Amino acid sequence: MASLARLTYSEEETARLAADLEAILDYVETLGEVNTEGVRPMEHVLPLETPLREDRAVAAMAPDRAVANAPVAKGFAFVVPKVIDGEEEG
Amino acid sequence: MPDSRPLPSVGELRRALDAGELSSVEITEASLERAESIDGSLRAFTGMRSEGARGDAAASDARRVEGKGLSSIDGIPVAIKDNMVMEGEPTTCASRILEGFVSPYTGTAVGKLRAAGAVIVGRTNLDEFAMGSSTEHSCFGATRNPWDLDRAPGGSSGGSAAAVAAGIVPAALGSDTGGSIRQPAAHCGVLGIKPTYGLVSRWGLVAFASSLDQIGVFARDASDAALLLGAIAGHDERDSTSIPEPVPDYRAAQTGDVSDLVIGLPREYFVSDGVDAGVLDAVRAAVAVLEAAGAKVREVSLPHTRYAVATYYLIATAEASSNLARYDGVRYGRRADDPSGLSDMYHRTRSEGFGDEVKRRIMLGTYVLSAGYYDAYYRKAQQVRGLLARDFQGAFRLCDVIATPTCPETAFRLGEKTGDPLAMYLGDIYTVSANLAGIPGVSIPCGQSSGLPVGLQLLGGTLAESTLLRVADAYQRLTDHHEARPTAV
Repeated sequence: MASLARLTYSEEETARLAADLEAILDYVETLGEVNTEGVRPMEHVLPLETPLREDRAVAAMAPDRAVANAPVAKGFAFVVPKVIDGEEEG
Repeated sequence: MPDSRPLPSVGELRRALDAGELSSVEITEASLERAESIDGSLRAFTGMRSEGARGDAAASDARRVEGKGLSSIDGIPVAIKDNMVMEGEPTTCASRILEGFVSPYTGTAVGKLRAAGAVIVGRTNLDEFAMGSSTEHSCFGATRNPWDLDRAPGGSSGGSAAAVAAGIVPAALGSDTGGSIRQPAAHCGVLGIKPTYGLVSRWGLVAFASSLDQIGVFARDASDAALLLGAIAGHDERDSTSIPEPVPDYRAAQTGDVSDLVIGLPREYFVSDGVDAGVLDAVRAAVAVLEAAGAKVREVSLPHTRYAVATYYLIATAEASSNLARYDGVRYGRRADDPSGLSDMYHRTRSEGFGDEVKRRIMLGTYVLSAGYYDAYYRKAQQVRGLLARDFQGAFRLCDVIATPTCPETAFRLGEKTGDPLAMYLGDIYTVSANLAGIPGVSIPCGQSSGLPVGLQLLGGTLAESTLLRVADAYQRLTDHHEARPTAV
């Protein structure tokens, strides 16, 4: 599970986290008491339609500004460690 | 330590500005001085914007001289929670993972405040990524409660609440995903309003749980809150969940009259079990004041209340685990040193950059969204969310406003709940339902229990902010609890 979230835990941290999550999951089990047969899942609070806008070009953020916060950048590109050869799927 | 004094309300500052007794530069200096003098012990701010604020204040004074004042908050110092971006300023979300981040753009709510002439003096402390109820989960250290420095101010917008309570600023912005404006407002003895979902644009608010997050206002009184909310509300095409309705004049609606209103008391909220007796007494006394002023009071029922916290923590953590996937050390913030590869970079950047509570919620959210558990947890929570929303629709057929305690207890001690995440979550029992249903809620001071402030929460139907702020204002015309000042700073 931690790997899905791209997090790493030590053995000690894992034990602690497991205890916390178990207590929380025990608590949320109470929802099992609620009869939800035929209730539509509420995905959103507002009955809004997806708003459409006119199809026209607008100025986007300038590339130099978009990469200004990157830990490592080269030109207008974000630089990351090499991902081919042996490296497991991101 | 300079002898700084707390700033008065927006209304009083505005009168002084209009009368020429004070300039915005003088008011802004007083705000910065107040911060300088007490924020070392309070830690309400993650960073001041002193030079920028001085420049904005001078510009406001120049407008006033030319007779071109922009609005009723022109020249007034305001603080923003440090999860709202402003161009050229850092945004930290109180997280190490955003170390060094400087925003390339300004969010809508902050931009509207600035366009109205408000002077942004600084960014306020929060639980990391707004996840928490105490402002203790911050990489800058905990904010203290101005009423008792050994207590937490509540959270996650605890910095904004403490800054207003201590008179560093007369008003501040916060964000509320499950009570993060109303609960710290209650614990610090100020007003905090969470508007209807979609009233204030979320563009430029760092996302925690996108179907629940909403920006709102802290102020000393309801008339100030009406001015601030009016300034930041309104449709924004950059937020696709923004409501396309005109913004009413909230101040004009504050007539002082509540005789046309029915106030509902949900029987599930007024239980002695687990609720501080002093809190219940203060809330009942506040309802009696409104009843004496002509409002009718009746009991209502919100039968799914006991399931609200579980529903909330499933939905909020699921959305958070997805939203926080973007912090990967590629585009902004910090990256772990010398990664051996891409996967190592992701893992170490996130494990080193996030604090324990954020990681706990990412893990819970990842779990409840995972294949095989999705229906049992996330889908089930969405169904119960629908039932909770239906509870409110039923109740608002019988009443205009629902009155409840904001929190089951007053401000707790620092460290009292950090070891028990579930105990911390259960304190949100009265506030999370409004976020799940998308309805507005306001917390106003209604007295004290053992010397600490108690909050009265008023909930309304969709877009009922005018009614809520009218009731809050009427109550404050008849009482002086909102004038009580903290003594520890």
